[in-house]
Amino acid sequence: MAARIWIFSVVVAVFLSISAFSSAQDLQIVNAERRIDLSSHIVKAFLTLKVENIGKDPAAEMLLAFPPTQIKNLAMVQALAITGKKKKKTYLPLDVKPTEQSDAPNDTGYYRVKFISPLGPGETVSLEVLYILTHSLEPFPVEITQSESQLVYYHDSAVILSPYHIKQQTTFVKTPTTRVESFTSIEPANRAGKEIKYGPYENRASYSYTPVIIHFENNSPFAVVEELVREIEISHWGSLQITENYRLTHGGARHKGVFSRVDYQSKRSVSGASSFNALLAVLPPRVNSVYYRDNIGNISTSHLRTGFRKSELEFEPRYPLFGGWSATFVIGYRVPLEDYLFEASDGRRYLNFTFGCPLVETIVNKLTLKVVLPEGSKDPSAVLPFTVNQELEVKYSYLDIVGRTVVVLQKDNVVPTHNVPFQVYYTFKPIYMLAEPFMLVSAFFLVFVASLAYVHIDLNIVRK
Amino acid sequence: MGGKSEPTKSESMATKTTNPDLLNSSFFPFKSLKLKTKQQELLLRISILGLVYILAFIARLFSVLRYESMIHEFDPYFNYRTTLFLTEKGFYEFWNWFDSESWYPLGRIIGGTLYPGLMVTAALIYWTLRFLRFFVHIREVCVLTAPFFASNTTLVAYFFGKEIWDTGAGLVAAVLIAICPGYISRSVAGSYDNEAVAIFALLLTFYLFVKAVNTGSLAWALGSAFGYFYMVSAWGGYVFIINLVPLYVLVLLITGRYSMRLYIAYNCMYILGMLLAMQIRFVGFQHVQSGEHMGAMGVFLLMQVFYFLDWVKYQLNDTKLFQTFLRITVTSAILVGGIALGVGTASGYISPWTGRFYSLLDPTYAKDHIPIIASVSEHQPTAWSSFMFDYHILLFLFPAGLYFCFKRLTDATIFIVMYGLTSLYFAGVMVRLILVATPAVCLISAIAVSATVKNLTSLLRTKQKVSQTGSTKGAGSSKASSKVTLDQSQPFQKNGAIALLLGVFYLLSRYAIHCTWVTSEAYSSPSIVLAARGAHGNRIIFDDYREAYYWLRQNTPTDAKIMSWWDYGYQITAMGNRTVIVDNNTWNNTHIATVGRAMSSYEDEAYDIMRSLDVNYVLVVFGGVTGYSSDDINKFLWMVRIGGGVFPVIKEPDYLVNGEFRVDKGASPKMLNCLMYKLCYYRFGELTTEYGKPPGYDRARGVEIGNKDIKLEHLEEAYTTSNWIVRIYRVKPPTNRL
Repeated sequence: MAARIWIFSVVVAVFLSISAFSSAQDLQIVNAERRIDLSSHIVKAFLTLKVENIGKDPAAEMLLAFPPTQIKNLAMVQALAITGKKKKKTYLPLDVKPTEQSDAPNDTGYYRVKFISPLGPGETVSLEVLYILTHSLEPFPVEITQSESQLVYYHDSAVILSPYHIKQQTTFVKTPTTRVESFTSIEPANRAGKEIKYGPYENRASYSYTPVIIHFENNSPFAVVEELVREIEISHWGSLQITENYRLTHGGARHKGVFSRVDYQSKRSVSGASSFNALLAVLPPRVNSVYYRDNIGNISTSHLRTGFRKSELEFEPRYPLFGGWSATFVIGYRVPLEDYLFEASDGRRYLNFTFGCPLVETIVNKLTLKVVLPEGSKDPSAVLPFTVNQELEVKYSYLDIVGRTVVVLQKDNVVPTHNVPFQVYYTFKPIYMLAEPFMLVSAFFLVFVASLAYVHIDLNIVRK
Repeated sequence: MGGKSEPTKSESMATKTTNPDLLNSSFFPFKSLKLKTKQQELLLRISILGLVYILAFIARLFSVLRYESMIHEFDPYFNYRTTLFLTEKGFYEFWNWFDSESWYPLGRIIGGTLYPGLMVTAALIYWTLRFLRFFVHIREVCVLTAPFFASNTTLVAYFFGKEIWDTGAGLVAAVLIAICPGYISRSVAGSYDNEAVAIFALLLTFYLFVKAVNTGSLAWALGSAFGYFYMVSAWGGYVFIINLVPLYVLVLLITGRYSMRLYIAYNCMYILGMLLAMQIRFVGFQHVQSGEHMGAMGVFLLMQVFYFLDWVKYQLNDTKLFQTFLRITVTSAILVGGIALGVGTASGYISPWTGRFYSLLDPTYAKDHIPIIASVSEHQPTAWSSFMFDYHILLFLFPAGLYFCFKRLTDATIFIVMYGLTSLYFAGVMVRLILVATPAVCLISAIAVSATVKNLTSLLRTKQKVSQTGSTKGAGSSKASSKVTLDQSQPFQKNGAIALLLGVFYLLSRYAIHCTWVTSEAYSSPSIVLAARGAHGNRIIFDDYREAYYWLRQNTPTDAKIMSWWDYGYQITAMGNRTVIVDNNTWNNTHIATVGRAMSSYEDEAYDIMRSLDVNYVLVVFGGVTGYSSDDINKFLWMVRIGGGVFPVIKEPDYLVNGEFRVDKGASPKMLNCLMYKLCYYRFGELTTEYGKPPGYDRARGVEIGNKDIKLEHLEEAYTTSNWIVRIYRVKPPTNRL
């Protein structure tokens, strides 16, 4: 891995000497500060950039570059423009989109940030960028025993990869504990407590890359949901039924050898430090009929706390999850319809619900969200703040004849930051609500008519 | 004697024919809403039956309320797994299913070694519901199959009671059987076992057969043959039918009650039932080849002889000649039959009686010869307390009912008496057969209750309205007797009747209370999930079984082979989805004995056995931490016995000290170092289970264990559940020989 990065950096350096990025050279970064938070298995990085236009033409956008090892694990990039002075700071969200560059060196990935207003020559703007990386902590050793603590590698560059020249930059890396086995030192670099500081580095050319490896202890729960299927079934009779199918694994260092219950229950602090047993799901307020079960039945270890702003479901899998162990389960609940279903001004109805995974601090590798519209709904369309795969399905539920339209939204690599509202619009005639009661009534009616007819008809061949 | 049955028959016919009339007439008088007495009675009867039907269903839902909608115990998990397979893959795949997940490395031909009735029934219900757009989960169907069939059984009990006595007895029988603990024990929601549908099929077959005997109608006999077919497809207990019915016929023949009706009923039922039963692969040609079914065939032949003799008698018209002919025919018939049986048995065409059959006839047989049957707790002889527990007042009503039956002896009452007495004998032999006796006990008791109450009420009514004697029909002989007592007009007769009635109602209400209590407390536990009361009266759930099985399912290689004692085989394959060495289908005694031998050997010897069986994991159940007494240590002597039955190197006395089974310091050295002991107590010595007791105190047996320093060489702990009830060990690969 390290070797690859080294080659990569060499190649980058070669590219730099050619210096073919005329458009990129119009901007430069005056000051950059990066804070990388490694305290959980979701890596969060905050960039504070001060960008200056040194070209002649106004620039409407800038590029953020990511090395190929990060771009595939990049779950989310957000950017904010800061305006105003210290006390009256205001943050304006900016439009961020992944983009391709034809002249990208060595599979560098790009995101394009659009300024609020084009940046004139000589002007500067301050930006805050948040990006989130998943699966970026590599356990080493790969397998640990019950008594061992989990150590991980984090690979990154000491300097920020950028298509622009950076005048001054500093990187702070925060580790969960003070235990850091080793870290690549690029002078000036030092470590104090839980923080490693790289920099300040002056005048680094564009596409500079100095790989660093940090080897440190991280025992936070590496809860990875390999697949989550959430099904939201709308019933116009008054409720939303949500069913969530999880396939959860421990994504950290694999458990090796013995699992000893004696050690696990008597020496809890040192035994199975990286394992986790409790999970927390944040559910909507006014949630009811909550269940937690799996293929073979109910799991009794769960507690629900309901509140005005949110409900919390605290639950335990059937067994503690050690590295590499997995558990599948289902959480289901019901919420009142009036909180989530509204009528738009054009007469269409729309569902306003939260995307993402209700479990806190988990990565979802593959999220499929299915919105089951009531039978007879037409013209579904989904509105989301980010791109997802969309398709339509048909599902048959109780007493369905034509089936229900299902809007399937599918997204990979989902982190808690994706828990934002989305909308699904559709048209629905209330008369369809009566179809099922009518069917039941007529079925009962037919039964009685049939029995009436039966007692009146004499089926005997011989008259008595 | 034949004439004696006539009046009752016509009486029952009379009540039967009035039914359609009642139904017809009930809808005509729309002008006046006031119902006639007959209509009122019909309405009352239907509503009572409807309520009983619902009652039978909801009484069995205690388990769902107390725990959850889940499959119970051991065998139901196999049934559930096969039903799942059936609904997913279809009938032909199911029929040809070779299951490689059990009995490794032998495997099991599922289609040819099970009674498919239950699975097919559940699958049909499931498919019907799906067709009607009710998208239920197959598990819910399986869970509720037993209560649904119990409800149906109450209807059959009503009709059966009506057939053998009157509608009143039918209604009482329906109520009694609806809540009888003896039946509820095997038909609560989730108890998805063969018996769930089999009792319905059993009673239906008997009812239809009695109906056929009473009417002499081919249609009812045909119905009975189909009922028998359903029973054969559902449960091995059909052997009871195929032996009881011929026995009954034989008794009728001996007591001179032979009639054309009987001839038609039995011949039709036997021939068609036999042919239909042969369609079940597991049963196959047993009806003509197995010793257990030979009685039915013998009676069938005897009937032909009887018929032939009747014809000859009619032709001859000469008593003396006929007597001679009779002697010759009977002798030669018996001779031919005996020779045929002898040749058949000697040549091996007719198989001798199986051990299970012997153990039914002789309670001590299993203990001496087949330890695997004797080791099952439900095969133990019944204790008096469990009779009392399961029957309550029915135990006292049963003899009373027998008295009434003998007082009014008909073909039908003879049948129920025989059914009651034989099944009660079997119930005494094996605990689980209480179930088979329950319908008979309920029916006979219902006769007692119904007849008593009817006598008492008619006593009250006749005293009030002497003129209206014709108002209540069907009281029959009891009516006459009440008239007689009326004539004597004893002073406190009315008060006495009231007091007796109150007594009856008190008893019946006690019965209802007892049944509800038993159902909710004793018979609604799924036995997978254990519940206990904590120190503060709160409910503690021990869900260790599912914890372990789910751990196996999720965290072991999909081709892992699990060795455990056979009790847990079905559960491991169904919930853990892993291959097992032995399971609850105890078809191969040697294989089970091999596992028993491994468990009772020293670790290195056991390791060789486990290596030869490709075992990856060993699962033991251990109750020392929680005080759960039905664990593997308490079952251990059976492992030794079964293992020793095949492999004489395992000797039971090696594990005992002065004939006593101990696990503490005084235990035998072989016991303290055998695999089962090591696996159960591995690192248990470090654990303090109870305050004020030394570490390593076994709460299930109440002793401090004898070997606290257990080292495992070839196995390692893979998982132990939170309450230590299930412990799983990984078998290490062999070390390299350098």
